[in-house]
Amino acid sequence: MESYTVNDLAPIARQIRKEIIKMVYSAKSGHPGGSLSITDVLTALYFKEMNINPERPDDPDRDILVMSKGHASPALYATLALRGYFPAELLSGFRSINSKLEGHVHRGIPGVESSTGSLGQGLGVAIGFALASKLDERSNKIYAILGDGEMEEGNIWESLLAASKYKLDNLTAILDRNRIQLDGFTEDIMPLGNIAEKVAPFGWDVITINGNSLNEVVNALEEARKPREKPLFIVANTVKGKGVSYMENNPKYHGSPPANEEEYRQALKEIEEMQ
Amino acid sequence: MQKIEKMESLREAYGNELAALGEKNRDIVVLDADLSSSTKTGVFGKKFPDRFYNMGISEQSMVSTAAGLSLSGKTVFASTFAVFLSNTYNVIRQSVCYNEAPVNFVVTHSGITVGEDGPTHQILEDVGIMSGLPNMKVIVPVDSVETTSVTDYLSVKKPSPYYVRLTREKFPVLNESNYEFHEGKSVTFRDGSDITIMAYGIMVSFALKAAEILRGKGIDTRVVNMSSIKPLDRTAIVKAARETGKIVTAEEHSIYNGLGSRVAEVTGEEYPVPILRIGMPDIFGKSGKGMELFDYFHIGVNDIVEKTDKFFKRDYI
Repeated sequence: MESYTVNDLAPIARQIRKEIIKMVYSAKSGHPGGSLSITDVLTALYFKEMNINPERPDDPDRDILVMSKGHASPALYATLALRGYFPAELLSGFRSINSKLEGHVHRGIPGVESSTGSLGQGLGVAIGFALASKLDERSNKIYAILGDGEMEEGNIWESLLAASKYKLDNLTAILDRNRIQLDGFTEDIMPLGNIAEKVAPFGWDVITINGNSLNEVVNALEEARKPREKPLFIVANTVKGKGVSYMENNPKYHGSPPANEEEYRQALKEIEEMQ
Repeated sequence: MQKIEKMESLREAYGNELAALGEKNRDIVVLDADLSSSTKTGVFGKKFPDRFYNMGISEQSMVSTAAGLSLSGKTVFASTFAVFLSNTYNVIRQSVCYNEAPVNFVVTHSGITVGEDGPTHQILEDVGIMSGLPNMKVIVPVDSVETTSVTDYLSVKKPSPYYVRLTREKFPVLNESNYEFHEGKSVTFRDGSDITIMAYGIMVSFALKAAEILRGKGIDTRVVNMSSIKPLDRTAIVKAARETGKIVTAEEHSIYNGLGSRVAEVTGEEYPVPILRIGMPDIFGKSGKGMELFDYFHIGVNDIVEKTDKFFKRDYI
């Protein structure tokens, strides 16, 4: 089960990216940009780091991930399907009326721990999982994936305080720092500045990595397993739309699928050619 | 009937019962947002510091965290003042209700009985706000005895979240000490055949006093405690409509989206009868002593008598 090496991960990440493109193109809606930026992090977590068993999604000792940026549902759904939580054929139903794959992350889907979509709530929910894990003296890890636009929500900063108060060394937050939100660039909409320098004094260990480098992501997640006294915050610098040239760093593709068959084919071709 | 009223605090009943339950049930965890000495969750907190989380003045984080604890299998109670929980409507909506995370929100200091702290703190819309949420259930205990019973009931993990509305003031004890709360069931405190007053919270006590005065005017008044607002006792409402022909609702809440609206919905669907809604009109409260404010806003005992009398005598074509 945990036999995947870093070298195995790149083809999986490419496959997840292709599924993302297929899902949003067939749904004619959805959020490719922030799904493509977080793909490498999800690949490393679900195919190497997390202690999970798709056949026992309720195992009380499983690692738990809360996808706070719920609009990146295509990335999470594709990851869960390829990891074996449900058949990949179901991905084509994304956002359609006869499918369980709701537009934003939905807890009714095997492997999903918490419904998200309205931003700012997932870190607090992850804290709840982490506190319960401590009470029950389990050694599982809790992960929360946050968007950078989401850092504008007050609840995130309330939760940063709480995780520090309760010394949640079993909690790792991973920030998808792709620098784009719906209306444009984060630094234009509401400047976030150096998030690492803001989070550290809240009582967190902070490390900054290239979140589109599988090597760096895997190393950071290994680091997260080391004994510590504080929760860990990983700033993963990423490229929004990573892998599809016309989507990269383009705010338009925060919430738009490929516009036509030509864009669709180009996206799949470019992903296939990714290193 | 003129027996001396025993007054007891609902929030103290809650805090004490929670602390007692914590002994038996190690899965109970409690969260508060810097108001534990007022909501009385502090009683539990002192006894079980490992299972008590004071989240600070951070209601959104409190509710998110409560959801996570609940999804982990814990039996979760989360408390603050009613008005501050409404800060977190969308967190309750998504992370609790949509997630099917059975968090028990037990809030205190609701309504105008908050008194001196004034309109900023006197929430009068919360029953409506919470009743509108899918999966959420809403209970307003009438006295300390019912509060204890409801707390006990919720200590066995339920499939859905609950909103339990308590108050700052002590209220008259109306139930016998062996009373047990039953979800979805109303309790008829006084039978009557001419007209029915359906109420919850302090308004049940007021309605009982009003009924006594109305008897002197020849009006035989039924008084029903509707503490289970959602699910609602539809049978009792239809029965009252059939048997007494008119229904008065009385609540320490806005007349919009509260019990009055619910009763009108049920009668409208099942057995249309005239309804008179007594409660706060579309306005905020004001500072003053909690119990003085009922007369100020014309929803005290004498106002209930006068309005019910007039409503009873009015002819509807």
